[in-house]
Amino acid sequence: MAAPGAEAAAPSPALLSARGLCFDAGGKQLIDGIDIDIRPGRCMVVMGANGAGKSLLLRLLHGLIHPTAGEVLWQGRPLDRDGRYAQAMVFQRPVLLRRSVRANLRFALAVRGVSRQERAVREAEAIRRSRLGDLLNRPARVLSGGEQQRLAVVRALACAPGLLFLDEPTANLDPGSTHAIEQLVTKAHGSGVTIVLVTHDTGQARRLGDDLVFLHGGRVAEAGCVSTVLDAPRSEAARAWLEGRLYPAPQPAPKA
Amino acid sequence: MESVWRIFAEAVGLILDWDSDLIEIIGLSLRVTLAAVAVSCAIGLPLGATVGAFRFPGRTAIIVLLNALMGLPPVVVGLIAYMMLSAAGPLGPLELLYTPAAMMIAQTILVTPIVAALSRQVVEDYYCEYAEQFASLGVGPFDRVTALLRDARYSLLTVALAGFGRAVAEVGAVIIVGGNINHATRVMTTAIALETSKGNLELALALGVVLLAIAVAVNGAAMTLRASAVRMAYA
Repeated sequence: MAAPGAEAAAPSPALLSARGLCFDAGGKQLIDGIDIDIRPGRCMVVMGANGAGKSLLLRLLHGLIHPTAGEVLWQGRPLDRDGRYAQAMVFQRPVLLRRSVRANLRFALAVRGVSRQERAVREAEAIRRSRLGDLLNRPARVLSGGEQQRLAVVRALACAPGLLFLDEPTANLDPGSTHAIEQLVTKAHGSGVTIVLVTHDTGQARRLGDDLVFLHGGRVAEAGCVSTVLDAPRSEAARAWLEGRLYPAPQPAPKA
Repeated sequence: MESVWRIFAEAVGLILDWDSDLIEIIGLSLRVTLAAVAVSCAIGLPLGATVGAFRFPGRTAIIVLLNALMGLPPVVVGLIAYMMLSAAGPLGPLELLYTPAAMMIAQTILVTPIVAALSRQVVEDYYCEYAEQFASLGVGPFDRVTALLRDARYSLLTVALAGFGRAVAEVGAVIIVGGNINHATRVMTTAIALETSKGNLELALALGVVLLAIAVAVNGAAMTLRASAVRMAYA
């Protein structure tokens, strides 16, 4: 499968790669031989129907679950603790501690081993970015859905990741909250953070993405530049999806 | 029926008169029970949190054991503690038998499995919710346990309360290792048993009323605290 970003004349070495990535559970092949190169500074969008394996792929790439076959490489080496520490992830439903907004930020920085002095700087920067300055001492769980997701994004960015995974971060948000999240992502991307974004929103994919991987039944159905894939999809799965045609949900193949 | 009301009135009178024997017994009961609950929480909360937050070989066996130990018969615990603390036992040289310390040890043995088993369940529920975020942040084992204990603190208060309830109402173990010695190891439950057998129902009932009042007050305080925590989205 052609790696996204391959159009560049002299592609930089991949920041994160998947080689023959497979994952099966319950006798089903949920991820089936995925090869991907994520190049530094790019924003890769992952699209596909529900159950195509998008969230699962993100978790495999981030090392939250282990593949049943294949491997994930961070800068050419097997993903280890250092590689994990250079990444961060924001989930579709933000997971916030039962603490104040400020305490949520401090916890993330403390467990990442950031020095006290540096913590104060990053905390202030995260607060400025999130525009949650008036709510710092409020319990994080009483914030609105948009504010909670904003906190989750700035918390992840406060860890200074080289690579940020976003799993449908705006799926449950209104346009205003979506705009605020996209602004944060755009700014982070502009400052050099590599992004992997799962979304169902083609508009968002065009606004934020450089490369696009379209998954179907746990496999890469199509990959390339966002505009190329969205404007002229080659695979039937991507074409049907983008044309809004109804088609039966793909069933994961039985485990080989 | 009239005599029941008379006994009840005399019991209330004893409480209102601040009877010195009554106060001494209540004071010792609370000291022993609170010390036992404190030690049980110090052992049981980290133990329960560790079992709840980690997967390791033998974990299921530990959970089964903790759950089984929740139903320990107090007289059996009293007997084991007695054998340990008696002159011929391994802890005999400490000369703790028939002292409040012995009663505290017996109550600790009874309450620790309750605290550990219930906190395991609470922490496991919290961890299910936090697991991926913690893995993503790279939270280490120590931070994982302390963070879960901190975030589950209001639920764990109920766990400590369950331990307190078990300890303060317990009679079988403390009477074996404490001996129910007047002005030394007499607590509310052992005094109630003794005074009832002597026919001194006024004191027995007064102690019973105090015991109930303590249980209601502690439960009420815990529920109020937890309700406010839920309102503030901290629980």
